[in-house]
Amino acid sequence: MDRIPILKMGPFLLVTIQVDLYDRLALTLENDLISMVSQTGAKGVLIDISAVTIVDSFMGRILGNIASMSRIMDAETVVVGMQPAVAITLVELGLTLQGVYTALDVEKGMDLLYNKIGIIDVLEEDDQEEEPDDCND
Amino acid sequence: MIVMTKDTMQIVREQDVVPFRNRVREYAAKIGMSLVNQTKLITAASELVRNMLKYANGGKVLIEIISKNAQTGVRLTFIDEGPGIANVQQAMQDGFSTGKSLGLGLPGTKRLVNEFDIKSTLGEGTTVTVIHWKNGR
Amino acid sequence: MSTTAQHLQKHRQRIIETWMKNQLTDAALRDDLMSNDELRSQSDELLTALLRAFNSGNFDDVYSSDYDQVIEILNDISITRARQGFSPRETGQYVISLKKAVNEVLEEELKDDPGALYQETRKTDSVLDSLSMITFETFIKGREEVIFRQTDEINEISTPVIRVWDGILALPIIGTLDSARTQIVMENLLQEIVNTGSSIAILDISGVPAVDSLVAQHLIKTVSATRLMGAECIISGIRAEIAQTIVHLGIDLSNIKTKATLASALQLAFSMTNVEVRKINRNAGFKLMK
Repeated sequence: MDRIPILKMGPFLLVTIQVDLYDRLALTLENDLISMVSQTGAKGVLIDISAVTIVDSFMGRILGNIASMSRIMDAETVVVGMQPAVAITLVELGLTLQGVYTALDVEKGMDLLYNKIGIIDVLEEDDQEEEPDDCND
Repeated sequence: MIVMTKDTMQIVREQDVVPFRNRVREYAAKIGMSLVNQTKLITAASELVRNMLKYANGGKVLIEIISKNAQTGVRLTFIDEGPGIANVQQAMQDGFSTGKSLGLGLPGTKRLVNEFDIKSTLGEGTTVTVIHWKNGR
Repeated sequence: MSTTAQHLQKHRQRIIETWMKNQLTDAALRDDLMSNDELRSQSDELLTALLRAFNSGNFDDVYSSDYDQVIEILNDISITRARQGFSPRETGQYVISLKKAVNEVLEEELKDDPGALYQETRKTDSVLDSLSMITFETFIKGREEVIFRQTDEINEISTPVIRVWDGILALPIIGTLDSARTQIVMENLLQEIVNTGSSIAILDISGVPAVDSLVAQHLIKTVSATRLMGAECIISGIRAEIAQTIVHLGIDLSNIKTKATLASALQLAFSMTNVEVRKINRNAGFKLMK
Protein backbone atom coordinates (compact mmCIF):
# COMPACT_ATOMS: atom_id res chain seq x y z
CA MET A 1 0.00 0.00 0.00
CA ASP A 2 1.13 3.55 -0.77
CA ARG A 3 2.42 5.66 2.06
CA ILE A 4 3.46 9.26 2.36
CA PRO A 5 6.98 9.43 3.83
CA ILE A 6 7.43 11.32 7.11
CA LEU A 7 10.82 12.87 7.77
CA LYS A 8 12.15 13.70 11.19
CA MET A 9 14.07 16.96 11.34
CA GLY A 10 15.31 17.80 14.81
CA PRO A 11 12.29 18.38 17.03
CA PHE A 12 9.93 18.45 14.03
CA LEU A 13 8.29 16.08 11.60
CA LEU A 14 8.14 17.05 7.93
CA VAL A 15 5.62 15.67 5.46
CA THR A 16 5.64 16.67 1.81
CA ILE A 17 2.50 15.69 -0.05
CA GLN A 18 3.39 15.21 -3.71
CA VAL A 19 0.39 13.33 -5.01
CA ASP A 20 -3.34 13.84 -5.10
CA LEU A 21 -4.54 12.23 -1.92
CA TYR A 22 -7.26 9.67 -2.13
CA ASP A 23 -9.17 9.06 1.05
CA ARG A 24 -7.42 5.97 2.33
CA LEU A 25 -3.99 7.48 1.74
CA ALA A 26 -5.03 10.58 3.68
CA LEU A 27 -6.34 8.50 6.56
CA THR A 28 -3.15 6.43 6.60
CA LEU A 29 -1.14 9.64 6.73
CA GLU A 30 -3.19 10.84 9.68
CA ASN A 31 -2.54 7.58 11.56
CA ASP A 32 1.15 7.41 10.69
CA LEU A 33 1.74 11.02 11.60
CA ILE A 34 0.01 10.81 14.97
CA SER A 35 1.86 7.63 15.95
CA MET A 36 5.14 9.25 14.84
CA VAL A 37 4.40 12.26 17.05
CA SER A 38 3.85 10.02 20.03
CA GLN A 39 6.88 7.82 19.26
CA THR A 40 9.36 10.65 18.71
CA GLY A 41 7.88 13.23 21.04
CA ALA A 42 8.07 15.74 18.19
CA LYS A 43 7.25 19.31 19.08
CA GLY A 44 5.95 20.31 15.71
CA VAL A 45 4.55 18.98 12.46
CA LEU A 46 5.16 20.63 9.10
CA ILE A 47 2.90 19.63 6.25
CA ASP A 48 3.99 20.93 2.86
CA ILE A 49 1.07 21.02 0.45
CA SER A 50 2.67 23.16 -2.25
CA ALA A 51 2.20 20.38 -4.80
CA VAL A 52 -1.45 19.77 -3.88
CA THR A 53 -3.91 21.20 -6.38
CA ILE A 54 -7.15 20.21 -4.65
CA VAL A 55 -8.15 20.43 -1.01
CA ASP A 56 -11.78 19.48 -0.49
CA SER A 57 -13.66 19.34 2.80
CA PHE A 58 -12.49 15.78 3.49
CA MET A 59 -8.84 16.69 3.06
CA GLY A 60 -9.44 19.89 5.06
CA ARG A 61 -10.89 17.83 7.86
CA ILE A 62 -7.86 15.53 7.87
CA LEU A 63 -5.56 18.55 8.20
CA GLY A 64 -7.72 19.90 11.04
CA ASN A 65 -7.71 16.49 12.75
CA ILE A 66 -3.95 16.20 12.54
CA ALA A 67 -3.61 19.65 14.11
CA SER A 68 -6.05 18.94 16.96
CA MET A 69 -4.62 15.51 17.71
CA SER A 70 -1.04 16.77 17.65
CA ARG A 71 -1.95 19.64 19.94
CA ILE A 72 -3.27 17.20 22.53
CA MET A 73 0.13 15.55 22.36
CA ASP A 74 1.83 18.94 22.74
CA ALA A 75 2.90 19.42 19.14
CA GLU A 76 1.91 22.32 16.89
CA THR A 77 1.00 21.83 13.23
CA VAL A 78 1.88 24.19 10.40
CA VAL A 79 0.52 23.76 6.90
CA VAL A 80 2.87 25.39 4.41
CA GLY A 81 2.86 26.38 0.77
CA MET A 82 -0.85 26.37 -0.01
CA GLN A 83 -1.46 27.44 -3.60
CA PRO A 84 -3.46 30.64 -4.18
CA ALA A 85 -6.18 28.83 -6.14
CA VAL A 86 -6.58 26.31 -3.32
CA ALA A 87 -6.81 29.07 -0.69
CA ILE A 88 -9.47 30.95 -2.66
CA THR A 89 -11.47 27.77 -3.16
CA LEU A 90 -11.30 26.78 0.52
CA VAL A 91 -12.54 30.19 1.60
CA GLU A 92 -15.41 30.02 -0.87
CA LEU A 93 -16.24 26.55 0.41
CA GLY A 94 -16.35 27.98 3.93
CA LEU A 95 -13.37 26.05 5.24
CA THR A 96 -10.83 28.28 6.98
CA LEU A 97 -8.84 25.54 8.78
CA GLN A 98 -9.36 26.99 12.26
CA GLY A 99 -6.65 25.91 14.65
CA VAL A 100 -4.14 25.12 11.93
CA TYR A 101 -1.15 27.41 11.58
CA THR A 102 -0.07 28.33 8.07
CA ALA A 103 3.14 29.62 6.51
CA LEU A 104 4.32 30.54 3.05
CA ASP A 105 7.09 27.96 2.81
CA VAL A 106 8.90 25.33 4.84
CA GLU A 107 11.50 27.80 6.06
CA LYS A 108 8.93 30.28 7.36
CA GLY A 109 6.94 27.39 8.80
CA MET A 110 9.99 26.24 10.68
CA ASP A 111 10.52 29.77 12.09
CA LEU A 112 6.89 29.87 13.14
CA LEU A 113 7.18 26.53 14.93
CA TYR A 114 10.32 27.61 16.78
CA ASN A 115 8.44 30.71 17.91
CA LYS A 116 5.34 28.77 18.92
CA ILE A 117 7.07 26.15 21.00
CA GLY A 118 9.27 28.74 22.65
CA ILE A 119 12.65 27.16 22.04
CA ILE A 120 13.81 30.30 20.34
CA ASP A 121 16.77 30.51 22.77
CA VAL A 122 18.25 27.32 21.42
CA LEU A 123 17.93 28.80 17.99
CA GLU A 124 19.69 32.02 18.81
CA GLU A 125 22.64 30.17 20.26
CA ASP A 126 22.95 28.41 16.96
CA ASP A 127 23.08 31.87 15.41
CA GLN A 128 20.38 31.10 12.93
CA GLU A 129 18.13 34.00 13.79
CA GLU A 130 18.26 36.90 11.35
CA GLU A 131 18.52 39.73 13.84
CA PRO A 132 21.60 39.96 16.03
CA ASP A 133 21.12 39.73 19.79
CA ASP A 134 22.16 43.28 20.54
CA CYS A 135 19.11 44.53 18.64
CA ASN A 136 16.79 43.25 21.33
CA ASP A 137 15.74 45.82 23.85
CA MET B 1 -27.68 25.65 -25.04
CA ILE B 2 -25.48 23.40 -27.16
CA VAL B 3 -23.75 20.30 -25.82
CA MET B 4 -20.37 19.99 -27.47
CA THR B 5 -18.91 16.87 -25.92
CA LYS B 6 -20.29 14.25 -23.64
CA ASP B 7 -18.66 11.72 -21.36
CA THR B 8 -19.88 9.42 -18.61
CA MET B 9 -18.00 8.00 -15.66
CA GLN B 10 -19.12 5.37 -13.21
CA ILE B 11 -18.21 6.06 -9.61
CA VAL B 12 -18.39 2.95 -7.46
CA ARG B 13 -15.48 3.14 -5.06
CA GLU B 14 -13.30 5.69 -3.40
CA GLN B 15 -10.38 5.03 -5.78
CA ASP B 16 -12.50 6.43 -8.63
CA VAL B 17 -12.42 9.90 -7.10
CA VAL B 18 -8.92 10.92 -8.19
CA PRO B 19 -9.25 9.73 -11.83
CA PHE B 20 -12.63 11.45 -11.97
CA ARG B 21 -11.14 14.73 -10.73
CA ASN B 22 -8.40 14.44 -13.34
CA ARG B 23 -10.99 13.90 -16.05
CA VAL B 24 -12.89 17.03 -14.96
CA ARG B 25 -9.62 18.95 -14.92
CA GLU B 26 -8.87 17.80 -18.47
CA TYR B 27 -12.20 19.13 -19.71
CA ALA B 28 -11.89 22.40 -17.82
CA ALA B 29 -8.38 22.93 -19.16
CA LYS B 30 -9.55 22.09 -22.68
CA ILE B 31 -11.93 25.06 -22.76
CA GLY B 32 -9.24 27.33 -21.31
CA MET B 33 -10.71 27.81 -17.83
CA SER B 34 -8.44 29.77 -15.48
CA LEU B 35 -6.62 27.91 -12.72
CA VAL B 36 -8.78 29.34 -9.92
CA ASN B 37 -12.00 28.46 -11.71
CA GLN B 38 -10.67 25.00 -12.51
CA THR B 39 -9.83 24.48 -8.84
CA LYS B 40 -13.29 25.64 -7.77
CA LEU B 41 -15.02 23.32 -10.22
CA ILE B 42 -12.87 20.31 -9.36
CA THR B 43 -13.30 20.88 -5.63
CA ALA B 44 -17.07 21.10 -6.11
CA ALA B 45 -16.97 17.91 -8.17
CA SER B 46 -14.93 16.21 -5.49
CA GLU B 47 -17.43 17.19 -2.79
CA LEU B 48 -20.38 15.92 -4.79
CA VAL B 49 -18.76 12.68 -5.77
CA ARG B 50 -17.89 12.03 -2.12
CA ASN B 51 -21.50 12.64 -1.13
CA MET B 52 -22.54 10.17 -3.78
CA LEU B 53 -20.17 7.51 -2.46
CA LYS B 54 -21.07 8.15 1.15
CA TYR B 55 -24.84 8.29 0.94
CA ALA B 56 -25.68 6.30 -2.20
CA ASN B 57 -22.76 3.87 -2.63
CA GLY B 58 -21.81 5.55 -5.86
CA GLY B 59 -23.53 6.41 -9.11
CA LYS B 60 -22.60 7.94 -12.40
CA VAL B 61 -21.44 11.34 -13.54
CA LEU B 62 -22.09 12.96 -16.88
CA ILE B 63 -19.34 15.38 -17.95
CA GLU B 64 -20.27 17.78 -20.73
CA ILE B 65 -18.83 20.83 -22.40
CA ILE B 66 -21.68 23.20 -23.14
CA SER B 67 -22.11 26.52 -24.87
CA LYS B 68 -24.77 29.13 -24.20
CA ASN B 69 -24.92 32.80 -25.20
CA ALA B 70 -21.38 32.74 -26.54
CA GLN B 71 -20.09 31.28 -23.24
CA THR B 72 -18.43 27.93 -22.84
CA GLY B 73 -18.57 25.94 -19.69
CA VAL B 74 -18.45 22.52 -18.09
CA ARG B 75 -21.63 20.86 -16.89
CA LEU B 76 -21.49 17.95 -14.46
CA THR B 77 -24.52 15.83 -13.68
CA PHE B 78 -24.28 13.51 -10.68
CA ILE B 79 -26.91 10.78 -10.79
CA ASP B 80 -27.34 8.27 -8.00
CA GLU B 81 -29.98 5.79 -6.99
CA GLY B 82 -29.49 6.21 -3.28
CA PRO B 83 -32.00 6.86 -0.52
CA GLY B 84 -32.60 10.47 -1.62
CA ILE B 85 -32.68 13.57 0.56
CA ALA B 86 -35.71 14.04 2.79
CA ASN B 87 -35.48 17.80 3.03
CA VAL B 88 -33.48 19.38 0.24
CA GLN B 89 -33.98 22.88 1.61
CA GLN B 90 -32.53 21.87 4.94
CA ALA B 91 -29.62 20.07 3.31
CA MET B 92 -28.74 23.28 1.49
CA GLN B 93 -28.29 25.19 4.76
CA ASP B 94 -24.81 25.91 6.06
CA GLY B 95 -23.84 23.69 8.96
CA PHE B 96 -26.48 21.03 8.46
CA SER B 97 -25.31 17.45 8.31
CA THR B 98 -26.82 14.05 8.94
CA GLY B 99 -23.39 12.45 8.99
CA LYS B 100 -20.42 13.50 11.05
CA SER B 101 -19.13 15.95 8.48
CA LEU B 102 -18.80 19.70 8.88
CA GLY B 103 -22.01 20.25 6.98
CA LEU B 104 -20.30 22.39 4.37
CA GLY B 105 -20.90 19.95 1.54
CA LEU B 106 -23.91 21.13 -0.43
CA PRO B 107 -24.07 24.85 0.42
CA GLY B 108 -20.29 25.15 0.13
CA THR B 109 -20.35 23.38 -3.21
CA LYS B 110 -23.08 25.68 -4.44
CA ARG B 111 -20.88 28.69 -3.67
CA LEU B 112 -18.07 27.24 -5.76
CA VAL B 113 -19.95 26.94 -9.04
CA ASN B 114 -21.96 29.31 -11.22
CA GLU B 115 -25.11 27.20 -11.44
CA PHE B 116 -26.35 24.54 -9.09
CA ASP B 117 -29.48 22.45 -9.24
CA ILE B 118 -30.56 19.55 -7.04
CA LYS B 119 -33.49 17.19 -7.44
CA SER B 120 -34.14 14.39 -5.03
CA THR B 121 -36.86 11.83 -4.53
CA LEU B 122 -36.95 9.75 -1.36
CA GLY B 123 -36.18 6.13 -2.13
CA GLU B 124 -35.32 6.81 -5.75
CA GLY B 125 -32.18 8.89 -5.77
CA THR B 126 -30.67 12.29 -6.20
CA THR B 127 -29.51 14.23 -9.25
CA VAL B 128 -27.25 17.21 -8.83
CA THR B 129 -26.32 19.38 -11.81
CA VAL B 130 -23.60 22.01 -11.68
CA ILE B 131 -22.37 24.35 -14.37
CA HIS B 132 -19.20 26.40 -14.26
CA TRP B 133 -18.49 28.86 -17.06
CA LYS B 134 -15.08 29.40 -18.52
CA ASN B 135 -14.78 32.95 -17.16
CA GLY B 136 -16.49 31.97 -13.92
CA ARG B 137 -19.43 34.33 -14.38
CA MET C 1 -41.05 30.69 -56.58
CA SER C 2 -43.15 33.24 -54.73
CA THR C 3 -44.39 36.21 -56.76
CA THR C 4 -42.86 38.69 -54.37
CA ALA C 5 -39.48 37.15 -54.85
CA GLN C 6 -39.99 37.19 -58.61
CA HIS C 7 -40.84 40.88 -58.65
CA LEU C 8 -37.87 41.73 -56.50
CA GLN C 9 -35.45 39.43 -58.28
CA LYS C 10 -36.30 41.11 -61.56
CA HIS C 11 -35.39 44.49 -60.16
CA ARG C 12 -32.53 43.41 -58.01
CA GLN C 13 -30.17 45.90 -59.54
CA ARG C 14 -32.58 48.75 -58.97
CA ILE C 15 -33.14 47.84 -55.37
CA ILE C 16 -29.44 47.82 -54.73
CA GLU C 17 -29.02 51.21 -56.45
CA THR C 18 -31.91 52.80 -54.54
CA TRP C 19 -30.78 51.27 -51.31
CA MET C 20 -27.25 52.54 -51.79
CA LYS C 21 -28.61 55.96 -52.73
CA ASN C 22 -30.78 56.00 -49.61
CA GLN C 23 -27.86 55.10 -47.47
CA LEU C 24 -25.48 57.54 -49.08
CA THR C 25 -27.87 60.49 -48.92
CA ASP C 26 -28.42 59.85 -45.24
CA ALA C 27 -26.64 62.76 -43.63
CA ALA C 28 -25.49 60.59 -40.78
CA LEU C 29 -23.58 58.12 -42.93
CA ARG C 30 -20.11 57.59 -41.61
CA ASP C 31 -17.91 57.25 -44.65
CA ASP C 32 -15.01 57.70 -42.28
CA LEU C 33 -15.79 54.35 -40.71
CA MET C 34 -16.52 52.36 -43.85
CA SER C 35 -15.75 52.83 -47.56
CA ASN C 36 -18.51 52.89 -50.14
CA ASP C 37 -17.20 49.78 -51.86
CA GLU C 38 -17.24 47.90 -48.62
CA LEU C 39 -20.78 49.07 -47.95
CA ARG C 40 -21.89 48.00 -51.41
CA SER C 41 -20.48 44.49 -51.23
CA GLN C 42 -21.94 44.08 -47.76
CA SER C 43 -25.35 45.26 -48.94
CA ASP C 44 -25.17 43.06 -52.00
CA GLU C 45 -24.47 39.99 -49.92
CA LEU C 46 -27.38 40.73 -47.61
CA LEU C 47 -29.82 41.34 -50.46
CA THR C 48 -28.85 38.06 -52.15
CA ALA C 49 -29.49 36.17 -48.94
CA LEU C 50 -32.75 38.02 -48.35
CA LEU C 51 -34.10 37.29 -51.82
CA ARG C 52 -33.23 33.65 -51.40
CA ALA C 53 -35.17 33.65 -48.15
CA PHE C 54 -38.15 35.39 -49.77
CA ASN C 55 -38.03 32.71 -52.40
CA SER C 56 -38.93 30.12 -49.82
CA GLY C 57 -42.33 31.79 -49.51
CA ASN C 58 -41.97 32.11 -45.78
CA PHE C 59 -42.88 35.63 -44.71
CA ASP C 60 -44.14 34.88 -41.23
CA ASP C 61 -41.26 33.53 -39.23
CA VAL C 62 -37.84 35.15 -39.55
CA TYR C 63 -36.51 32.81 -36.88
CA SER C 64 -37.01 29.76 -39.11
CA SER C 65 -34.06 28.18 -40.89
CA ASP C 66 -34.98 29.97 -44.16
CA TYR C 67 -33.63 33.17 -42.68
CA ASP C 68 -30.57 31.72 -40.98
CA GLN C 69 -28.20 33.16 -43.52
CA VAL C 70 -29.84 36.59 -43.54
CA ILE C 71 -29.73 36.83 -39.77
CA GLU C 72 -26.17 35.64 -39.69
CA ILE C 73 -25.09 38.37 -42.10
CA LEU C 74 -27.11 40.99 -40.24
CA ASN C 75 -25.70 39.96 -36.88
CA ASP C 76 -22.25 40.17 -38.31
CA ILE C 77 -22.92 43.65 -39.67
CA SER C 78 -24.42 45.02 -36.47
CA ILE C 79 -21.77 43.55 -34.20
CA THR C 80 -19.04 44.99 -36.42
CA ARG C 81 -20.81 48.34 -36.48
CA ALA C 82 -21.24 48.37 -32.72
CA ARG C 83 -17.53 47.75 -32.31
CA GLN C 84 -16.61 50.35 -34.93
CA GLY C 85 -18.59 52.95 -33.02
CA PHE C 86 -21.58 53.43 -35.32
CA SER C 87 -24.60 54.97 -33.62
CA PRO C 88 -27.75 52.86 -33.15
CA ARG C 89 -29.51 55.19 -35.54
CA GLU C 90 -27.01 54.54 -38.33
CA THR C 91 -27.23 50.83 -37.83
CA GLY C 92 -31.02 50.89 -37.74
CA GLN C 93 -31.12 53.00 -40.88
CA TYR C 94 -29.35 50.26 -42.72
CA VAL C 95 -32.32 47.88 -42.74
CA ILE C 96 -34.93 50.65 -42.85
CA SER C 97 -33.42 52.11 -46.00
CA LEU C 98 -33.56 48.66 -47.58
CA LYS C 99 -37.25 48.54 -46.73
CA LYS C 100 -37.76 51.85 -48.51
CA ALA C 101 -35.98 50.58 -51.61
CA VAL C 102 -38.00 47.36 -51.67
CA ASN C 103 -41.22 49.31 -51.28
CA GLU C 104 -40.31 51.65 -54.10
CA VAL C 105 -39.71 48.76 -56.47
CA LEU C 106 -42.92 47.01 -55.49
CA GLU C 107 -44.86 50.22 -55.91
CA GLU C 108 -43.47 50.68 -59.39
CA GLU C 109 -44.09 47.07 -60.35
CA LEU C 110 -47.63 46.82 -59.02
CA LYS C 111 -48.94 50.33 -59.53
CA ASP C 112 -51.93 49.03 -61.50
CA ASP C 113 -52.98 46.57 -58.83
CA PRO C 114 -53.37 48.30 -55.46
CA GLY C 115 -54.74 45.16 -53.83
CA ALA C 116 -51.70 43.08 -54.72
CA LEU C 117 -49.39 45.98 -53.84
CA TYR C 118 -50.93 46.12 -50.39
CA GLN C 119 -50.53 42.38 -49.90
CA GLU C 120 -46.93 42.34 -51.08
CA THR C 121 -45.76 45.34 -49.09
CA ARG C 122 -47.44 44.00 -46.00
CA LYS C 123 -45.49 40.75 -46.29
CA THR C 124 -42.11 42.33 -46.99
CA ASP C 125 -42.67 44.99 -44.34
CA SER C 126 -43.30 42.48 -41.63
CA VAL C 127 -40.12 40.59 -42.47
CA LEU C 128 -37.99 43.70 -42.72
CA ASP C 129 -39.42 45.09 -39.47
CA SER C 130 -38.47 41.91 -37.67
CA LEU C 131 -35.04 42.09 -39.24
CA SER C 132 -34.48 45.65 -38.08
CA MET C 133 -35.53 44.57 -34.61
CA ILE C 134 -32.92 41.81 -34.72
CA THR C 135 -30.35 44.33 -35.93
CA PHE C 136 -31.04 46.49 -32.90
CA GLU C 137 -30.87 43.59 -30.53
CA THR C 138 -27.55 42.45 -31.88
CA PHE C 139 -26.24 45.97 -31.94
CA ILE C 140 -26.98 46.34 -28.23
CA LYS C 141 -25.44 42.95 -27.55
CA GLY C 142 -22.32 44.07 -29.40
CA ARG C 143 -22.16 47.19 -27.26
CA GLU C 144 -22.65 45.14 -24.12
CA GLU C 145 -19.73 42.99 -25.11
CA VAL C 146 -17.64 46.12 -25.40
CA ILE C 147 -18.80 47.12 -21.91
CA PHE C 148 -18.02 43.67 -20.47
CA ARG C 149 -14.57 43.77 -21.98
CA GLN C 150 -13.96 47.21 -20.53
CA THR C 151 -15.21 46.09 -17.13
CA ASP C 152 -12.70 43.26 -17.24
CA GLU C 153 -9.97 45.66 -18.19
CA ILE C 154 -10.90 48.09 -15.43
CA ASN C 155 -10.95 45.23 -12.93
CA GLU C 156 -7.58 44.10 -14.15
CA ILE C 157 -5.87 47.48 -13.98
CA SER C 158 -7.61 48.78 -10.86
CA THR C 159 -6.07 46.27 -8.50
CA PRO C 160 -2.36 46.95 -8.41
CA VAL C 161 -0.37 45.14 -5.77
CA ILE C 162 2.46 47.33 -4.49
CA ARG C 163 5.51 46.07 -2.69
CA VAL C 164 5.97 48.75 -0.04
CA TRP C 165 8.70 47.05 1.94
CA ASP C 166 10.60 43.83 1.96
CA GLY C 167 7.92 41.31 2.90
CA ILE C 168 5.08 43.84 3.00
CA LEU C 169 2.56 44.30 0.19
CA ALA C 170 -0.09 47.01 -0.14
CA LEU C 171 -3.19 46.84 -2.25
CA PRO C 172 -5.29 49.97 -2.59
CA ILE C 173 -8.85 49.14 -3.58
CA ILE C 174 -10.65 51.83 -5.54
CA GLY C 175 -14.37 51.51 -6.23
CA THR C 176 -16.82 48.99 -4.94
CA LEU C 177 -16.09 45.32 -4.37
CA ASP C 178 -18.38 42.80 -6.01
CA SER C 179 -17.75 39.09 -6.14
CA ALA C 180 -16.10 39.13 -9.57
CA ARG C 181 -13.74 41.87 -8.50
CA THR C 182 -13.00 40.23 -5.15
CA GLN C 183 -11.86 37.16 -7.01
CA ILE C 184 -9.46 39.21 -9.14
CA VAL C 185 -8.19 41.08 -6.06
CA MET C 186 -7.63 37.79 -4.26
CA GLU C 187 -5.90 36.16 -7.22
CA ASN C 188 -3.56 39.10 -7.75
CA LEU C 189 -2.80 39.49 -4.08
CA LEU C 190 -2.18 35.82 -3.35
CA GLN C 191 -0.05 35.36 -6.46
CA GLU C 192 2.04 38.37 -5.48
CA ILE C 193 2.43 36.98 -1.97
CA VAL C 194 3.85 33.80 -3.48
CA ASN C 195 6.06 35.69 -5.92
CA THR C 196 7.58 38.00 -3.32
CA GLY C 197 7.40 35.73 -0.31
CA SER C 198 5.70 38.52 1.62
CA SER C 199 4.23 37.78 5.00
CA ILE C 200 2.02 40.85 5.40
CA ALA C 201 -0.54 42.37 3.07
CA ILE C 202 -2.22 45.71 3.67
CA LEU C 203 -5.63 46.12 2.08
CA ASP C 204 -6.40 49.82 1.86
CA ILE C 205 -10.09 50.58 1.43
CA SER C 206 -9.90 54.40 1.46
CA GLY C 207 -11.17 54.32 -2.12
CA VAL C 208 -14.15 52.09 -1.44
CA PRO C 209 -17.24 54.34 -1.36
CA ALA C 210 -19.32 52.22 1.00
CA VAL C 211 -19.00 49.01 2.94
CA ASP C 212 -22.18 46.99 3.24
CA SER C 213 -22.42 43.47 4.58
CA LEU C 214 -21.65 42.02 1.15
CA VAL C 215 -18.49 44.07 0.70
CA ALA C 216 -17.48 43.21 4.27
CA GLN C 217 -17.98 39.54 3.48
CA HIS C 218 -15.70 39.89 0.46
CA LEU C 219 -13.07 41.58 2.61
CA ILE C 220 -13.30 38.84 5.22
CA LYS C 221 -12.88 36.23 2.47
CA THR C 222 -9.77 37.95 1.18
CA VAL C 223 -8.31 38.07 4.69
CA SER C 224 -9.12 34.39 5.29
CA ALA C 225 -7.52 33.34 2.00
CA THR C 226 -4.40 35.35 2.80
CA ARG C 227 -4.17 33.63 6.19
CA LEU C 228 -4.54 30.19 4.60
CA MET C 229 -1.50 31.00 2.51
CA GLY C 230 0.40 31.80 5.68
CA ALA C 231 0.44 35.59 5.48
CA GLU C 232 -1.29 38.18 7.64
CA CYS C 233 -3.68 40.81 6.35
CA ILE C 234 -4.28 44.31 7.70
CA ILE C 235 -7.21 46.41 6.50
CA SER C 236 -6.55 50.13 6.46
CA GLY C 237 -8.32 53.27 5.33
CA ILE C 238 -11.43 52.78 7.43
CA ARG C 239 -13.21 56.13 7.49
CA ALA C 240 -15.54 57.24 10.26
CA GLU C 241 -18.72 56.60 8.27
CA ILE C 242 -17.50 53.16 7.26
CA ALA C 243 -16.82 52.29 10.90
CA GLN C 244 -20.35 53.46 11.72
CA THR C 245 -22.03 51.35 9.06
CA ILE C 246 -19.95 48.32 9.99
CA VAL C 247 -21.10 48.53 13.60
CA HIS C 248 -24.71 49.36 12.71
CA LEU C 249 -24.89 46.40 10.35
CA GLY C 250 -23.47 44.18 13.07
CA ILE C 251 -20.54 43.01 10.95
CA ASP C 252 -17.90 41.31 13.04
CA LEU C 253 -14.40 42.38 12.08
CA SER C 254 -12.90 41.62 15.48
CA ASN C 255 -10.72 38.85 14.06
CA ILE C 256 -9.20 41.20 11.56
CA LYS C 257 -6.50 43.76 12.16
CA THR C 258 -7.86 47.14 11.13
CA LYS C 259 -6.24 50.57 11.04
CA ALA C 260 -7.53 54.01 10.15
CA THR C 261 -4.74 54.94 7.78
CA LEU C 262 -2.28 53.22 5.52
CA ALA C 263 0.52 54.86 7.52
CA SER C 264 -0.56 53.27 10.79
CA ALA C 265 -1.08 49.93 9.05
CA LEU C 266 2.46 50.14 7.75
CA GLN C 267 3.67 50.90 11.26
CA LEU C 268 1.87 47.83 12.56
CA ALA C 269 3.38 45.78 9.75
CA PHE C 270 6.83 47.04 10.71
CA SER C 271 6.39 46.02 14.32
CA MET C 272 5.06 42.62 13.25
CA THR C 273 8.13 42.01 11.11
CA ASN C 274 10.46 43.45 13.75
CA VAL C 275 11.47 46.40 11.61
CA GLU C 276 12.15 49.77 13.16
CA VAL C 277 12.04 53.03 11.23
CA ARG C 278 13.65 56.00 12.97
CA LYS C 279 14.27 59.61 12.18
CA ILE C 280 17.97 60.45 12.15
CA ASN C 281 18.76 63.91 13.40
CA ARG C 282 21.56 64.98 11.09
CA ASN C 283 21.60 68.49 12.54
CA ALA C 284 22.20 67.38 16.08
CA GLY C 285 25.92 68.10 15.96
CA PHE C 286 25.40 71.46 14.31
CA LYS C 287 22.92 72.62 16.93
CA LEU C 288 25.32 71.78 19.70
CA MET C 289 27.92 74.04 18.15
CA LYS C 290 25.64 77.05 18.27
